[in-house]
Amino acid sequence: MRGTLRTTAATSYSVHEIQSPAGAVVREYVSFAGKVFAITWQGRWPPDMRQLLGNYFDQYAQAAKAQGRVGTGRRPLEIEQPGLVVQMGGHPRSFRGRAYVPDLLPSGVAAEAIQ
Amino acid sequence: MKDPKKLLILIFAVGLACGFSTGCGGGSSSSGSTPANTITSTGANVASISVNGGPAGNYPDASFTTVTVCVPGTSTCQTIDGILVDTGSSGLRILSSVLTLSLPQQKASDGNPVVECLPFVSGYTWGPVQMADVEIASEKASSLPIQVLSDSDFVAPASCTSRGMPSDGNLGANGILGVGLFAQDCGSYCEQVQTAAGDFNPYYECASSTATCQAVGESLAQQVQNPVALFSTDHNGVILEFPAVSGGEEASVSGSLVFGIGTQSNNALSGTVYAADPATGNFSTTYNGTAYSDASFIDSGSNGYFFPSTITQCGSTSNAPGFYCPSSTQNLSATNQGANGTSGTVDFSIANALTLSGSDDFALSNLGGTFSGGFDWGLPFFFGRNVYVAIEGQGAPGGTVPYWAY
Repeated sequence: MRGTLRTTAATSYSVHEIQSPAGAVVREYVSFAGKVFAITWQGRWPPDMRQLLGNYFDQYAQAAKAQGRVGTGRRPLEIEQPGLVVQMGGHPRSFRGRAYVPDLLPSGVAAEAIQ
Repeated sequence: MKDPKKLLILIFAVGLACGFSTGCGGGSSSSGSTPANTITSTGANVASISVNGGPAGNYPDASFTTVTVCVPGTSTCQTIDGILVDTGSSGLRILSSVLTLSLPQQKASDGNPVVECLPFVSGYTWGPVQMADVEIASEKASSLPIQVLSDSDFVAPASCTSRGMPSDGNLGANGILGVGLFAQDCGSYCEQVQTAAGDFNPYYECASSTATCQAVGESLAQQVQNPVALFSTDHNGVILEFPAVSGGEEASVSGSLVFGIGTQSNNALSGTVYAADPATGNFSTTYNGTAYSDASFIDSGSNGYFFPSTITQCGSTSNAPGFYCPSSTQNLSATNQGANGTSGTVDFSIANALTLSGSDDFALSNLGGTFSGGFDWGLPFFFGRNVYVAIEGQGAPGGTVPYWAY
């Protein structure tokens, strides 16, 4: 892959930041137990959600489709399920979002810390 | 979610050129005076816009207008209503199911049709790039690339369909008129194929209706164009003018889409200029003590105020997932900061979305929902305001383009 990696350590997890040559940024939040519990992204286009979410993609896609059937309108994406939260907003040339698994958050880490 | 090693090989969508920067330059703060909210009713540069539920009669807080498209250089034309007016994107997109004209197809250098995948948050648009003359009010742009939305003419590649949210084809409009800050929908990023693994390419060439489409570079002129920027007059921007919504909700409201800023007697600049980041189109907003830098935008194509808040949400299984459902109307305020150093406070209110959507009203001034990490000033922001959108690459009064003003 291409990109530059930067790692920052917090008290109960570390953040791996990868920046693509074109400037897109993806951050992974990794617990000291080695589990990725959250991802954030920011860039000109939305990320490839299949690559980003891996095994969680099908759950995401199903929830997103179900939500698309409710009402009409263009608005930020907000999927909040017991096992998965996915949020994304923006417009062409600027999107940002985050995904996390609430059950995997290290104790004492609030969702607000995932930026 | 996945094991970290695997994730580290993940690849992303493409570049945000301007990251967390908050723009450049200082400047004076604006005064707090409220600019006039006037609705220009006549003029060759004035198109009517309505918040009326749209062609399907089910779309709250979305504004619609009428455009005429013609086979280039001919009088073979079609007038299409129910076109969503969108300050969050650039370019004209029309559903192939409503288009009766046969427009010339744009072709790549090898003769294959050019097809586009443009991601929005709530789905991508997919379909061929075709050429049309475009007329709105009495303004005309000749022979420009537009997108014809069709899921059946060509097969959308996986690199398109896995971008963002799966598209359900439910646009709620006959098309989208993107009158945002940019002259093209993509810009210099799309001039070459991005080859870093996983980087997204919006433009493709497709050898046949069943072939696997391949990414293609498009010059700025070949990309889908903001039609306003190509009008022969009044091409430096637009003004969206809507009256305030009486009592917070009305069945419908009508306003004006005025072309040009400071080019005619009816489109003088009034209000404060908020310069936008020329890469992202964003400015900054401070809310509840938190600064959202380069993460704020004004989008008539978003049907509510969307921002981070602890206000109770309607619930993921309700009819308004992601919207706010407070038990009583919340009166809020945020401060916008332009990249040119201007700042000003915006007062707004959030009411219960389920209560609002239970009525027959389509103009809802207190509709809002959640957006983590930024501020999306959607259509309710436009009620009671004249909002100016100055397009990149041209001169407009009041400051460096691109900018928003209100």
